[in-house]
Amino acid sequence: MAQTQVAVKDATDQLIEKYGFDDHFHDHHDGDKYQTNFITHYIFSMDHKMIAKQFLTTGIFWAIIGGLLSLIFRLQLGFPEENMAWLKPFLGKWVVLNDAGIGSISPEFYYAMVTMHGTILVFFVLTAGLSGTFANLLIPLQIGARDMASPFLNMLSYWFFFLAGLVLFFSLFLSTGAFSGGWVAYPPLSALPQASSGSGAGMTMWLLSLTLFVVSVLLGGINYVTTILNLRTRGLSMWRLPLTIWALLVTAILGLLSFPVLVSGFLLLFFDRSVGTSFYLSEIFIGGQALDHVGGSPILYQHLFWFLGHPEVYIIILPAMGIVSEVLAIHSRKPIFGYKAMVFSILAIGFLSFLVWAHHMFVSGINPYMAMIFVLFTLIIAVPSAVKVFNWLATLYGGSIRFNSANLYAIGFVSMFISGGLTGIFLGNSAIDIQLHDTYFVVAHFHIVMGVAAFFGMFAGVYHWYPKMYGRFMNEFLGKIHFWVTLVGAYLIFWPMHYLGIAGVPRRYYSFDSFETFSHFSGMNQFITVSAILVFVAQLVFVINFFYSIWYGKKMKVKNPYGATSLEWTTPIKTGHGNWPGKIPTVHRWAYDYSKGDRDFIPQIEPLSEEEKENMASH
Amino acid sequence: MENTENRSYDRGLEPAVFGLWLGIGSIAMMFAAFTSAYIVRQGQGNWLEFRLPEWFFISTLIILLSSLTIHLSYKHFLNGNTRQYKQLYLITFILGLGFVVTQYLGWTAMHQGGVELTGNPSGSFVYVISGVHALHVLGGLAALAVGVLQLFVLPHVVSRKRKTRFKMMVQYWHFVDILWIYLVLFFMFQ
Ligand code: HEM
Ligand SMILES: [Cu+2]
Repeated sequence: MAQTQVAVKDATDQLIEKYGFDDHFHDHHDGDKYQTNFITHYIFSMDHKMIAKQFLTTGIFWAIIGGLLSLIFRLQLGFPEENMAWLKPFLGKWVVLNDAGIGSISPEFYYAMVTMHGTILVFFVLTAGLSGTFANLLIPLQIGARDMASPFLNMLSYWFFFLAGLVLFFSLFLSTGAFSGGWVAYPPLSALPQASSGSGAGMTMWLLSLTLFVVSVLLGGINYVTTILNLRTRGLSMWRLPLTIWALLVTAILGLLSFPVLVSGFLLLFFDRSVGTSFYLSEIFIGGQALDHVGGSPILYQHLFWFLGHPEVYIIILPAMGIVSEVLAIHSRKPIFGYKAMVFSILAIGFLSFLVWAHHMFVSGINPYMAMIFVLFTLIIAVPSAVKVFNWLATLYGGSIRFNSANLYAIGFVSMFISGGLTGIFLGNSAIDIQLHDTYFVVAHFHIVMGVAAFFGMFAGVYHWYPKMYGRFMNEFLGKIHFWVTLVGAYLIFWPMHYLGIAGVPRRYYSFDSFETFSHFSGMNQFITVSAILVFVAQLVFVINFFYSIWYGKKMKVKNPYGATSLEWTTPIKTGHGNWPGKIPTVHRWAYDYSKGDRDFIPQIEPLSEEEKENMASH
Repeated sequence: MENTENRSYDRGLEPAVFGLWLGIGSIAMMFAAFTSAYIVRQGQGNWLEFRLPEWFFISTLIILLSSLTIHLSYKHFLNGNTRQYKQLYLITFILGLGFVVTQYLGWTAMHQGGVELTGNPSGSFVYVISGVHALHVLGGLAALAVGVLQLFVLPHVVSRKRKTRFKMMVQYWHFVDILWIYLVLFFMFQ
C-alpha cells in the first residue's frame, strides 16, 4: 500500500481532520493505478510531483549542454589566436587545422553553437525547465488539489518536450551541422536551405523540434490554467492564492496566446522552405543566381516571431518572480508587501507584454511613428516592473531575514532584475537603440534581466522546495559557495559587455580581426571568457549538490521546516499520490500571515480566531 | 481533462469544457496571426487580386447546415429521441466530409484559374489559411467518427460523461464553423 497511515496526528493533521473537505478520494483507490510499477511510477508517470522532477532533471541536462556550448564559443571570442587542436577529439571536423597545425573553431560551428545555446536556454531550460517544474510541483500542492485536471495530458506535455529535445539533440550531430542562423531564426537564413550549411537539415530539425515543443507548452498550459481556475479547494479564493500560483497562471495564459502565433509563423516558413512559396522571400541572389521567390517580406516573420518572442521573455521571468515573492516572504518572516499590487502588476505585465514586440524591430525598417507607439508601451512596462521591485525590497525591509541559499538567490534575483531592467529602458528608446541594437549591450541586457535573473529564481525555488521533492535538504555550505561565485561571476561576465556594446561591438560576430576599432577589447573578451568558465564550474557544484542530496542530504524531519503558511507544507513528508492521505485541507486565510500578533506564522488551514474576526468586522 | 476524480472541491465549472475553450482560444490566436500577416503583407503592395472560387461559398452553406444538424442532434440525444439523434449525427458527419471535399474542389478551381500556391502571396495565403482550417475540420471529423462508432455500438444512455463529450463536440464544431465564416468574410472584404 502506498498510503501509509499516519500514526501520530500532529496539529496540522488535526486541523485537516476537523475542517477538511472529504472527497472520498481514497475510497476509489484510483490514485494508485498510476503508480503500480517502475514504468508507470518513474517513466510514464501521471503524478504531478514526478512529472515536475522529470521536467527539472531534463532541464538540468539541457542547462549543462547549453552551458558547455557557450564555453566553446566564448573560447573562440576570448582566445581567437590560441590553438584549439585539443578540442578536435570532441568536435572533429569543426576544429579546422591550418598549415602550421594550429586549430581553430570553424565559423559555421561557432554560429551553430550560438544558435543552439540560445534555443536551448530560452526554450528548454528557462521555459520548460522552469515553468514545467514549478507549475507541476506547486499548482496542485498549493491549491489543495489531488493532481492536475488531466494527469494524462500532463504526462504528454512532458513527453512532447522530451521528443523536442531528442530531435534537437540529434541535429547537433548532423554532418552539415545544427542550425546556425540565431535563436530567432530570421529568414532568409532559415528559409533557404542553401543559405548556409546549417540551413538545410539542421533547420528542418530545429523547426520540427520547436513545433513539438509548442505542443508541449500548449498541453501544459491548458492543464495549468484549468487546474488553477477549477480545482482550488474550498475557501481558496483567488485573493488568497500564493503569488507563485498567480504568476504561473498568467505565464500559462501568455503561452496559450502567444505560442500559436509562432506556429503560424513557422508554418509559413515551412511553406517557403519546402514548397516554394514566397511569404518571407523576395528578390534574392545566391551565388549570382536569381531565385524564383518574389514578393515576400522578411519583416513579416519578425512581426510574427516577436509577437511570441516578447511574451516569451515574460513567460520566463514571471514564474521566477512568483517564486521570489514566496521565498522572500517566508524567509523574511513578513507578509509580502503589497499583495494586491503584486497581483495587478503581474496582470499588467502580462497584458502589456503583447503590445511591445516591435521594440525588437526598431532598426528593421518600421515606420518611425509606429516605433514611437512601441517606445511608449515599452517604457510603460517598466512601471509594474518597478512596483514589484519596490515591494520585494519593502518585504525584506525590517524582516528577520534568514540568509539561506534559497533566500540569497531570491535577493540575488532582485539585484539582477534591477540591473537588467535599467538597461531595458535605454534600449526601449528607439533613438538610442539605433546605436545599441545588435551589440553586446543587448546581450548584456537580456542575459542579466532574463538569463541570470530567471536562473536565480529557479535556484531559489529548487533550494527552497527541494525537501518537498526529495524529502531531504540540499547542502547549505555548497549552496552558499554556489550562490556567491555565481552572483559575482555573472556580473563579471555581463557588466563589461555593456561597454563593448556602447562602443558598438556587434553581437554574433565570429571574429573582430578586421576591425581596428575593436582591437583593444581583446583583453576584456579574455576576462569575460575566464569569468564564464568560473561560473560554469560553480554550476557543477550545484549539480553535484543536487544529486548527492537526493540520497545523502540531511533528512526532512518535520512537515513544515520553514514555518510556511501555504498548503504544500501540510502534506506528509513522503507525499503519496493524491497528496493528502485523508481529507483535503480547506483554506481560511491568505497565504502571508507571517509575524501576526504574537504568532510567527499562521497556516492557511487555520480558521480565523475570534479576535481576527472582530478586527475584520471593524475594518 | 477526463479525470474528474481529481476534483477535490466542486466549483461548478466543468474542467474538460473549460480546457476545450482554452484550446479554442489558442487556435483562434493562430488564425488571428495568419490574418494579421495577410494584412501586413497586403499593405506592402505587389498584391494580386482574384475572386474566391465558387466552391468556397458552397462550403460555407454546408458547414452552416452541419452546425444546425449537430445542434439538433444533441437536443434529441438529451431528450432520448434515439432515431433523430442518430440520423442527424450521421448527416452532420456527411456534411463535414462534404465541407472538406468542396474545399478541395475550391483549391483545384483556384489552380485552374491560374492562382498557384507558389505564386503571388495573395494566393498562397488563401491556400495555406484555408488548408490549416480544413485540417482543424478534419480533426473534428475524426472526433465525430468516434461518435459515429459509439452511436452504433453503445446504447443510448445520457450519462454525465457522454453528455460532456457530446457538448464539447458540438462546441468545437460550432467553433470551426464560425472560424470559417470569419475567414470567408475576411478573404472577400479584406
Ligand atoms: C524594464 C523593462 C524592459 C525594457 C524596457 C526592455 C527593452 C528591450 C528592448 C528595446 C530590446 C531590444 C534591443 C535591441 O535588440 O536592440 C530588448 C531586448 C531583449 N530583452 Fe528586454 N526590456 C525589458 C525587460 C526585459 C525582461 C524582463 C526580459 C526577460 C525576462 C527581457 C528580455 C529581453 C531579450 C531576451 C532581448 C533580446 C532578444 C534578442 O534580440 O535576442 N527584457 N529589451
Ligand atoms: Cu522585448
